[in-house]
Amino acid sequence: MSAYLDHASTTPLHPAAKAALLTALDDGWADPARLYREGRRARMLLDAARETVAGVLGARADEVSFSASGTAAAHLAVLGAAAGRRRAGDLVLVSAVEHSSVLHAADQHERAGGRTRQVPVDGLGRVRLDACAPPPGTALVSVQHANHEVGTVQPVAAVATAAHAAGVPLHTDAAMTVGRIPVDLGALGADLLTASGHKFGGPAGVGILVVRSGTRWANPMPADERELGRAAGFPNLPAIVATATALHARAAELAAERHRLGALTAELRARLPELVADVEVLGDPDPAGRLPHLVAFSCLYVAGEALLGELDRAGIAVSSGSSCTSDALTPSHVLVAMGALSHGNVRVSFGRDSSSADLAALLDVLPGAVAGIRERAGAVGL
Amino acid sequence: MSEPPVIEAQSAGGQAPDLTVDSLGRRCPLPIIDLAKRIGEVPVGGTVELLADDPAAAPDVSAWCRLRGHELLATRDLPAGQAFLVRRTS
Repeated sequence: MSAYLDHASTTPLHPAAKAALLTALDDGWADPARLYREGRRARMLLDAARETVAGVLGARADEVSFSASGTAAAHLAVLGAAAGRRRAGDLVLVSAVEHSSVLHAADQHERAGGRTRQVPVDGLGRVRLDACAPPPGTALVSVQHANHEVGTVQPVAAVATAAHAAGVPLHTDAAMTVGRIPVDLGALGADLLTASGHKFGGPAGVGILVVRSGTRWANPMPADERELGRAAGFPNLPAIVATATALHARAAELAAERHRLGALTAELRARLPELVADVEVLGDPDPAGRLPHLVAFSCLYVAGEALLGELDRAGIAVSSGSSCTSDALTPSHVLVAMGALSHGNVRVSFGRDSSSADLAALLDVLPGAVAGIRERAGAVGL
Repeated sequence: MSEPPVIEAQSAGGQAPDLTVDSLGRRCPLPIIDLAKRIGEVPVGGTVELLADDPAAAPDVSAWCRLRGHELLATRDLPAGQAFLVRRTS
């Protein structure tokens, strides 16, 4: 029995998004910047999508821009906030477990002459609040809403309070949470938020960039008049409409899904140590401190690549932060920052179509796959 | 799979290890498996030095010591890779 259990990488198009996409391909092909009828119709669709996204996230419509991807949105948020606050400081504070898009933007900031500093995390992957207070000369603090590899939810509101006490804005990469758990900008206190449409059932090619009004931000890229001057180029209107539709549909599904998927992850976390010897389940054991749909674990003496291969042959798709599964052959910076075992790592993430049958398929195959790999490596009884 | 050769004991952290395990050129998790296989050759309280150049060795030696209750005493850089000095505690 096959099971797609990598919904944190990407998830199938939401049925409502698919319907909206097909309609918008017919209705929303024109240039929304033009004033004739077709253009006005496209403009109305774009404005409605912006209103929808703003409404779900608790933002104002003029605070929301659509970019070409979640990665592009994170780049614009980090580099734009740093550029807007150049006079206030040149230090960008990022957590050690940010997504590569944020870390790459921080690298770019450093290459351009700025400074960056990483905030360490504890063994659960949670940022250490005592290290989040921005020193003088800080332009921006960037801390994700939840971690993409182990699912730990970050104390974003507390980080925002610490940042604001020093007069520093906060960016939160909410790619793992928007459309997955309720996200309210007011409660988070973030000044900038970014997300990615394909992570919650929209099509690929749409990033969400929220810049709260009053936040200093300067476009780090050549700008035009599109997307309130924040993301240049002709917008992918049908995909944007579909993304907004997916987010709206997801908002209505979250409460029931949290309960349903939370039960699957709780069962997986409980069964793993019973079924697999020497397995380290990662992240926060407290359901309140982690995403309801994601579980990561590491199996001692097991090559992650071999394990992913065994599971794939059984029709089970998961991802891994182990070095042998990365192009650069380096272990995941998240696992290293947590002090977690980096080899034999597996991330299981459920989605809206996941069922207990998917979990059963995984649990049916995993123990034998791990045991077989250990046996072939001569790593039995160690 | 051939056993990694034992090479001559050398100084690490001002202390000669009781055993050196050479896992240079071996990819993770093999260095950790090598270490786990050989640590029983030294008495409790004795030390093993693991030589490894896989980028995952540093976090994984540390995590393995935590999981198994052994003590990572010192890490030093080699011309290529690192040497990890581990004390067997049980």
